[in-house]
Amino acid sequence: MDSHQDAHAAPVLNNAVPVRHPGRWISAVIIVGVLLAFLQSLFTNPNFRWDVVGTYILDTKVVQGVMWTLFLTFASMVLAIVLAILLAFMRQSDNPVFRWSSWTWVWFFRGTPVYTQLLFWGLATVLYPTVVLGIPFGPAAITWVTSDPTHGLIPAILGLGLNESAYLAEIFRAGLKSVDQGQSEAAEALGMTKGKIMRRIILPQAMRVIVPPTGNETIGMLKTTSLVLAVPFTLDLTFATNALANRIYLPIPLLIVAAFWYLLVTSLLMVGQHFIEAHYGKGVDNRVPAAVNPAAAKAAAAPSAEAEPDLKMDFPEEEAK
Amino acid sequence: MTITPEKPLVQIEGLHKYYGHHHVLRGIDLTVNQGEVSVVIGPSGSGKSTMLRCVNLLETISAGRISVGGELIGYREVKGRLHDLKTKEIAAQRREIGMVFQRFNLFPHKTAMQNIMEAPIQVKGQSKAVARKRALELLDRVGLGDRAGHYPSQLSGGQQQRVAIARALAMDPELMLFDEPTSALDPELVGDVLNVMKDLAKSGMTMIVVTHEIGFAREVGDRLTFMDGGVVVESGDPREVLANPQHPRTKEFLSRVL
Repeated sequence: MDSHQDAHAAPVLNNAVPVRHPGRWISAVIIVGVLLAFLQSLFTNPNFRWDVVGTYILDTKVVQGVMWTLFLTFASMVLAIVLAILLAFMRQSDNPVFRWSSWTWVWFFRGTPVYTQLLFWGLATVLYPTVVLGIPFGPAAITWVTSDPTHGLIPAILGLGLNESAYLAEIFRAGLKSVDQGQSEAAEALGMTKGKIMRRIILPQAMRVIVPPTGNETIGMLKTTSLVLAVPFTLDLTFATNALANRIYLPIPLLIVAAFWYLLVTSLLMVGQHFIEAHYGKGVDNRVPAAVNPAAAKAAAAPSAEAEPDLKMDFPEEEAK
Repeated sequence: MTITPEKPLVQIEGLHKYYGHHHVLRGIDLTVNQGEVSVVIGPSGSGKSTMLRCVNLLETISAGRISVGGELIGYREVKGRLHDLKTKEIAAQRREIGMVFQRFNLFPHKTAMQNIMEAPIQVKGQSKAVARKRALELLDRVGLGDRAGHYPSQLSGGQQQRVAIARALAMDPELMLFDEPTSALDPELVGDVLNVMKDLAKSGMTMIVVTHEIGFAREVGDRLTFMDGGVVVESGDPREVLANPQHPRTKEFLSRVL
């Protein structure tokens, strides 16, 4: 390579005329124009009532609403993830009863609206005033009177979590299926047990496929929590801001307050998702050698290393030496 | 290589394999003695890989028996009836049998070192320190001591396959199965892998090697088996079979690959 360049010491650069892109300029003018008009309206339109937004953005009821919304999101996602892992494993199981149950669960919870499910969970104590432990159609051993001392919290989490588990189960199943068959064969050939193969070999690789849509679902869940008024559960962000808006007859500034908080939390979740994706992309998404001890790196760079020119492309620091 | 008393390690008797109605293996008999390198060749679709995969139960056995070290593979015999082993018992049997795959099947989310340490730690319960030391020894042995921290995606095919061999050896198996270990490699990378396998053969490892590398069979093999259509067509000393094949199908196959 070097001798080739020496032979033609100073090549005449082509200096070709680049293709012009007038479309980019036109689109920029239009979009910036619209943006400016919108910005101007934000400052000049009195109906936004920024003063009211300022008053309520850190209102105790609003901040508590954010906390409850976060808690609902977190609790129902944890419930959904635990159930979904179980459902995905059951779906892959050799046991036909498990496969069938998992399929039916997904069919039911994916096939009915989450709003309907939340209404049902809210009415669960009406539907089943007592729960009886005993033999079906036979004698009863123990009888409980159902009640909900949490004022809708448990029905809300159950409603959101069970519905979500059906969607996550499909995401997890797709993730597990995405891992090459050869991986479990190699692990089996090493004498690893099924549980260890799943935990140490299959799941970490499946996570690469599972994390992005699960992050998507988490962000979706954050906003689906606004439906818990169906239960009814009345402490979440949407309910809190709506209640305030109804009290002061100013819906717009309180919608802005709610939108601000949802956007902030979503942004934080996206940052978290980025780091989780980076973790599970190890060895696949990054092609930079990691965790090499310095001595070994030097040895690798020594000229005695076997000649594999195309591979060397991946190690610029070796080429430099 | 000299093999003093002929002690069979692997015995395959009347092995049949069906995929649905497709009869892939039609009665295979094969004996591999302790310390022997048994090379299996044959056209693709002849069932040689399937036979190999039956030995460590990556395929179920439709009929016949396989025993390794005198132990029946995959079954327990009680009062003349075969009972399937539980998955845990199958896992225990596989620990004694190392396998190297055509497509390497390294764990892409683990470094070369972690690939090798995984089974000794998780299956044998070795300490990290012991497993690490052994992994480094094995990496040196396959000529990759300087690649410990590399992920599979940062290694060439030949290097990946050598890590895969080291990974199998880390379990100290008494038998190594090679399923076309060089077929997925660029021609210039085949030699390194074959050299590692030759060293392994010299060290006295019992090996069953399914391959298209006739040179390897001639140089290292103690026995050469030619399979076609799910049966063993011819079997014997590699140099004799290659120089003087008896069966017309063997002759035809060799004339195409040599």
